[in-house]
Amino acid sequence: MRLNYPKSVRIIRVPCTGKVDVLHLLHSFEKGADGVMTVGCMEGDCHFTNGNFRARKRVEQAKAVLKTIGMEPERVEMFNLSSAEGPRFAEYVRQMDERIRALGPNPLRNALKKAA
Amino acid sequence: MIVADKKPIEEIIEAVRPYNRLLVLGCNECVTVCEAGGKKEVGVLASALRMYFLNNGQEKRIDEVTLERQCDHEYLEEIRDRIDNYDAVLSLACGVGVQFTAEKYLSKPVLPGVNTCFLGVTEKRGLWTERCQACGQCVLAFTAGICPISRCAKRLLNGPCGGSTKGKCEISKDIDCAWQLIIDRLKALNRLDDYEKLFSIKDWSTDRAGGPRKVVREDVQI
Repeated sequence: MRLNYPKSVRIIRVPCTGKVDVLHLLHSFEKGADGVMTVGCMEGDCHFTNGNFRARKRVEQAKAVLKTIGMEPERVEMFNLSSAEGPRFAEYVRQMDERIRALGPNPLRNALKKAA
Repeated sequence: MIVADKKPIEEIIEAVRPYNRLLVLGCNECVTVCEAGGKKEVGVLASALRMYFLNNGQEKRIDEVTLERQCDHEYLEEIRDRIDNYDAVLSLACGVGVQFTAEKYLSKPVLPGVNTCFLGVTEKRGLWTERCQACGQCVLAFTAGICPISRCAKRLLNGPCGGSTKGKCEISKDIDCAWQLIIDRLKALNRLDDYEKLFSIKDWSTDRAGGPRKVVREDVQI
């Protein structure tokens, strides 16, 4: 559709959000990511029945972990949409980009830079 | 299996604060099944601790290993060559594993990462309930497979007390009256005559009430 959306997002494709593990989310932050979006099919439409439900639970788990260690749980989020909804995807990216810019960079960035 | 629950991370953070090199040691058995201390939970906890301490200016080396069990010598020996790389071990095994690890590696502080709760079953994912109290004198043959020691709040042996109401225990409406369950099951099995038989006074010396216990099997000792 050649829609414009912020280039701050790096897309990693998975066959189903059910494949996304809590460790993938946490390790992303450990390595310096400012935010993680998990974008899956609409609830009820998962080709594998409940992959997107599992992903939502894992995103909630990651939020809880981030909260206990003093990082903002809003940095990780679950989004649901149909793969046909290009404009909605662009809108979600814009929302997340705005949210993360408001939160600021990953607090670990400085420490990671020093360690490197 | 032994059912355990994750310790709050705040508590773990305080316990591991003094140590710079930490080994998070998981267990592949019971704590994996109750999703408290297996390889996945080790990964999540280690990642969270690394991020917390990095964020607070105290970078620590936090490594992850998951053993098959921590209650057998052979499995604990697997880390002997690496244990000196660490200042402390955070064991996510049940209380048994934490203690055995501490006994094996006397010079290393071994800290618990889970709270060990009871012997129980997975009723469904995310719900574990108690079934056995390891009293050492199993009476399940006479109670249609339902244990009055672990499931009756008063551990009664000869039928329900006066507090049993509509099949629920008097201490909470969420707890089934064990004796109601037993009677229903005996009825279904056509063995209500068993209910009429009286239990003799229970020998509690094999229970924890009699002191720390052991089992000796000379027939298998070499």
